Amino acid sequence: MDATATAARPKPTASATLPANDPKIVAKDVNVYYAEKHALKDVSLDIPERAVMAFIGPSGCGKSTFLRCINRMNDTIASCRVVGSIKIDDQDIYDPSLDVVQLRARVGMVFQKPNPFPKSIYENIAYGPRIHGLARSKAELDEIVEQALRKASLWNEVKDRLQDTGTGLSGGQQQRLCIARAIAVSPEVILMDEPCSALDPIATAKIEELIDELRQNFTIVIVTHSMQQAARVSQRTAFFHLGVIVETGPTERIFTSPNDKRTQDYITGRFG
Amino acid sequence: MAMTDHIVSSFDADLQALGDKLAEMGGLCEKLVGESIEALLRRDIPLAKRVIEWDRSIDRLQHEIEENGILTIAKRAPVAIDLREVVAALRIANDLERIGDLAKNIAKRVVALEGQFQPPKLAGGVAHIADLTLAQLKEVLDAYTQRDERRAMEVWKRDGDIDALYNSLFRELLTYMMEDPRNIGFCAHLLFCAKNIERIGDHATNVAETVYYLVHGEAVTDERPKGDLASAAISLD
Repeated sequence: MDATATAARPKPTASATLPANDPKIVAKDVNVYYAEKHALKDVSLDIPERAVMAFIGPSGCGKSTFLRCINRMNDTIASCRVVGSIKIDDQDIYDPSLDVVQLRARVGMVFQKPNPFPKSIYENIAYGPRIHGLARSKAELDEIVEQALRKASLWNEVKDRLQDTGTGLSGGQQQRLCIARAIAVSPEVILMDEPCSALDPIATAKIEELIDELRQNFTIVIVTHSMQQAARVSQRTAFFHLGVIVETGPTERIFTSPNDKRTQDYITGRFG
Repeated sequence: MAMTDHIVSSFDADLQALGDKLAEMGGLCEKLVGESIEALLRRDIPLAKRVIEWDRSIDRLQHEIEENGILTIAKRAPVAIDLREVVAALRIANDLERIGDLAKNIAKRVVALEGQFQPPKLAGGVAHIADLTLAQLKEVLDAYTQRDERRAMEVWKRDGDIDALYNSLFRELLTYMMEDPRNIGFCAHLLFCAKNIERIGDHATNVAETVYYLVHGEAVTDERPKGDLASAAISLD
């Protein structure tokens, strides 16, 4: 190969920790304090676009705290202080001029326990797009609701009872309803905090299948206590321990030959 | 990486049991290969028949290791070093089972040779290649027990010597066969025995590669030095 051809090629990504996709979220030296407690220490991490990143680690290691930094959920805790920088598409999300409501429309969240609104299935989905002004007509809103339910693989199960209450669905359906509600406002990032821990294996399998489909269009960050789930659904994994990221890398490598002894001990069930 | 115990202690017990069975199988394999060669060199039919009988034990151990390994995967969903331990045990058990078969095949030829014209001093070359191969097998099993991938890779590199020896033995036996047609029957059997021994060496290098994988979590990527040119020698002659 001659020199000009080499020069003309796009520059390879600088960091060795990067996968094929460019980073969607870049965190630098993030520190979180709950009053005096130093919960996250100098966390720096790149989260690739349109891929699934899993956070694993024992309880209290800071993985959920970090997840909640990404859509500024920690703002709602009075004693919580976040230092450092988190950028989504090069925009600092802790910039004082940033509209937090808009941020949370861009960064959706699904929680451990399904938490549908005590309203109809239709209203659960329509609420977000309506307050964000995403639909100009009833027909458009109907379309958004249908698409969101389809993307969450729930449409066929609920299309004939959209006016039934959302809380009447099974646990797995409720969780998919919550995912549909999250994607109805066309977010770029979906944060999932142990989305399957309250579900049976079949409902869990459906959510995992859904996560795999959603990563075509969304950047997904998932916190899970199930090693197997992290291994199955994610492309990259970060292992948190005592408030620091011990190791991050391609999921395959983390689960076959991790570099750090602490990672190895944790995933193989030697401490936790 | 030094290993601490699992939180679930029966998991440790499962892995330990798997390792113990493999050690037993390895010991039995060494014994079988050694005795099959001894039977060949001394034309010891009863010993050869014992080797044939012993091979069943190796097969049984391989089945047990396979069953236990699969059960461990199903029950514990092992990852990282644990997964490599189980996969390595399954692979090595396979190689050892093949080694047992090859030893049995040598023993069967000893039985088949009974009553045939057997020129003395032809088996000297076989004794040499067999010594080398046995040493390799012993060394690689020790390397596995100690998780010592450097010793395993030394075995891996030395396999070229066995191949080269086989190659020269092949030519030597060919010469004897051309010299006196009465040698052909015996030499053909001897040639197969030598080939079997050479194959045992190949399985030892497979084990070496597995030890490397077990320690490093990745496959050996280098090309192994090759010394076996016997097939090329045919066209040359």
